[in-house]
Amino acid sequence: MTKPLKQIHLAAHFPGVNSTTVWSDPTAGSQTDFASFVHLAQTAERGKFDFFFLAEGLRLREHLGKIFDLDVVGRPDSLTVLAALAAVTDRIGLAGTLNTTFNEPFELARQFASLDHLSGGRAAWNAVTSPDAFTGENFRRGGFLDYELRYPRASEFIQVVRQLWDTWGEDPLVPESNAPFRHEGDQFNIEGVFDVPRSPQGWPVQIQAGDSDGGREMAAQYADVIFSSHSGYRDGQEFYADVKARLPRYGRSPDDLKIIPAAVAVVGDTDDEARELFADIRMQQVSPQGAIAFLEQVWGRDLSEYDPDGPIPDFDPDVDGTHSITRGRVRHIKDPLAVARKWREIATAKNLSIRQLVIEVTTRSAFVGSASSVASLINQYVQDDAADGYILVPHLTPHGLDRFVDEVVPLLQERGVFRTDYEGTTLREHLRLGRAVPGKNSASKTSTKV
Amino acid sequence: MSKPHIHLGISLDGAGAHSAAWQLPGAAEKTLDPARLVALARTAERGNFDFVSLDDSFDLPTIATVPFRLDALLSFARVAPTTTSIGLIATVTTTHTEPFHVSKNLATLDLVSKGRAGWHVAVSTDQTAARLFGRKDPQPLDELWEEADEAIEVVTRLWDSWEDDAVIRDRQTGRYLDRDKVHYIDFEGKSFNVRGPSITPRSPQGQPLVVISAKDQASSAVAAARADIILIDDADIDAARIRRTELRAKIERLGRNPDDVSVLVTARVGESTLRTRLDTLAGGVLPTHSLDLVGDAVHVAQELERWFKSGAVDGFLLQPDSLPESIDWLVDDVAPLLRGQGVIRNDQPIRTLRDRFGLARPQNRYANSKAHS
Repeated sequence: MTKPLKQIHLAAHFPGVNSTTVWSDPTAGSQTDFASFVHLAQTAERGKFDFFFLAEGLRLREHLGKIFDLDVVGRPDSLTVLAALAAVTDRIGLAGTLNTTFNEPFELARQFASLDHLSGGRAAWNAVTSPDAFTGENFRRGGFLDYELRYPRASEFIQVVRQLWDTWGEDPLVPESNAPFRHEGDQFNIEGVFDVPRSPQGWPVQIQAGDSDGGREMAAQYADVIFSSHSGYRDGQEFYADVKARLPRYGRSPDDLKIIPAAVAVVGDTDDEARELFADIRMQQVSPQGAIAFLEQVWGRDLSEYDPDGPIPDFDPDVDGTHSITRGRVRHIKDPLAVARKWREIATAKNLSIRQLVIEVTTRSAFVGSASSVASLINQYVQDDAADGYILVPHLTPHGLDRFVDEVVPLLQERGVFRTDYEGTTLREHLRLGRAVPGKNSASKTSTKV
Repeated sequence: MSKPHIHLGISLDGAGAHSAAWQLPGAAEKTLDPARLVALARTAERGNFDFVSLDDSFDLPTIATVPFRLDALLSFARVAPTTTSIGLIATVTTTHTEPFHVSKNLATLDLVSKGRAGWHVAVSTDQTAARLFGRKDPQPLDELWEEADEAIEVVTRLWDSWEDDAVIRDRQTGRYLDRDKVHYIDFEGKSFNVRGPSITPRSPQGQPLVVISAKDQASSAVAAARADIILIDDADIDAARIRRTELRAKIERLGRNPDDVSVLVTARVGESTLRTRLDTLAGGVLPTHSLDLVGDAVHVAQELERWFKSGAVDGFLLQPDSLPESIDWLVDDVAPLLRGQGVIRNDQPIRTLRDRFGLARPQNRYANSKAHS
């Protein structure tokens, strides 16, 4: 018996504040104008994508003690932009990151329930947990949370939020359908009345992005969608198998959690042209100045005297400096001495300059080829359980998705692995998840007493 | 000195200001429908009103009304792209919300509305709200407004933390940003410390308008020091005139130009037939403590004109009995009479809320100062 074809899920990531986004291209538009968000969201909706996603960072990154100025910097508030996009889109899901450390459950639950009402059931929340003191300097409670407590707080946060969403019955006009809530836990001790009636999705879609064991476990327990960086074939399959195997522990089936790695797609007229295009994009993404700054993160010191087109430094990194040189980044280098050693070997073996080396070591797997090749690859990866779909990260604002939507999506549709139109109106329906029914989930039952 | 034109705003709260409005057939559940909110805002825009407002609170509702509401700021973000000239003033409280979030959220409302955002600053007074957060005990009013004052300082500094020309996209040097034009705010106060800068660039208006209800001594003091629009709730025309005069004197003592601040009175407004119907539904006439303008269009227009021309107020925040009936009536029947009298503006729709209130886009407080990064 042949396995039925899996249906692919596609999402769009608004180009972020990092070196992936190329601002120096002549066609690059504003990174913050509302029109840029509208164009990308409407393009993704034209391509029948599941959802449009906005990331968040609550402190501008710093490098060598100064605000990092080489990448795109600054963005508007995700929730506010998503609520506005609800006015100019009709079906596409609207997803945003909100931090569980620097928000409170009542306020966040109210905001997402509001967004879900305002969008007719299209809201999704990506819960992130970063508790760093650097970001905390912008908030009244500061960097108060121990690193070890970030997942306990996040998981209690999600449980409380669901409890609040569940206080209302299906009919807002029956006053007794809204029961008061009370929660006593290690992180939160709150009670009262939640004032937003049950939203179209019941629970807005839950996204989670952690790759550590704790992050994967939390996703298995709570998430509807998990992002990952495992966009390759083999690492994708390993991640997929690992995460899906965790679901039965929480009484969930494999289909209840969609695995959607971040991916880059580069489409050319031919495979060769696409490869050239990809090489050009990589050059744009790693500017001469950006290459030096990247190296400084490993070496832990100022390398501005070095020539990006010359050889990499022949001395070892300043290990103490590595940990403090860049602040506000997601990833930090764990063992700079080993990394530097490895890079020196690569640079020597391949005779690479600093900039060439940085391109070499930061290039991740991508779907590169003609529209037909890209469609085949994506479909193969999904059918072979390397993913349930991908969140595409375009390198250009606002036209970075145009070609994929115009050329690749129709080919996926022809193969019968991607919708030709939306079948439902809510994001839960696009993701083929059930509507959340009050009190059905075990989380809402246990959350009154943690 | 009075302004050339009356300023008029309309509250879009719930099903309307009358306590029986949400008992009209279908009224309550419709308050959750974004299409209805858009239609109401567009009606107000058609009448060339200056702004619409949405209240918000973590406190329990004090009057019998629709027992639920959506986040006000997000609701107006949903309205923004489908309107072009009407101001959007949302209440955001300062007692439990992080000023950093307040700042970027309002700057973003200003972005998506192309310069039409206003912030009605309010505090959470009761134990109920405090227990929703579980972070602190209820505070006395003086303390709440002291904290609100600090929050406004933080929010307005963050709005200026990016200079307008901070994004340079200089291919030669590889720099996206001129970091000397992005500033730490380094606020240290009694309630919180905030380092900054904002993650959000400076918004179209630079500084969205700040609106404060002067309800008591504590809020009046902050209003005189910080507000662009002050709301008062006097029901008597002479009392209102005295209040406005006192507020203007206080504003001047603080070194601000009183002509830069508009004093608006909140007024219930209703057409008599509908009012009678609603009163019957409510089981009798309910007392109103604020100004209550009820009658036919001619009477209501005359009252608005009388209050404005006598210098009692610069305008009104109208709280219509029932939505959408009362707003249709205001736009189609009352506004044309005022326009005929030259009392309300009859010009081309103005784009930003600051423009509507005759306020220039302000200089950035950090411009020409060197970043201390």
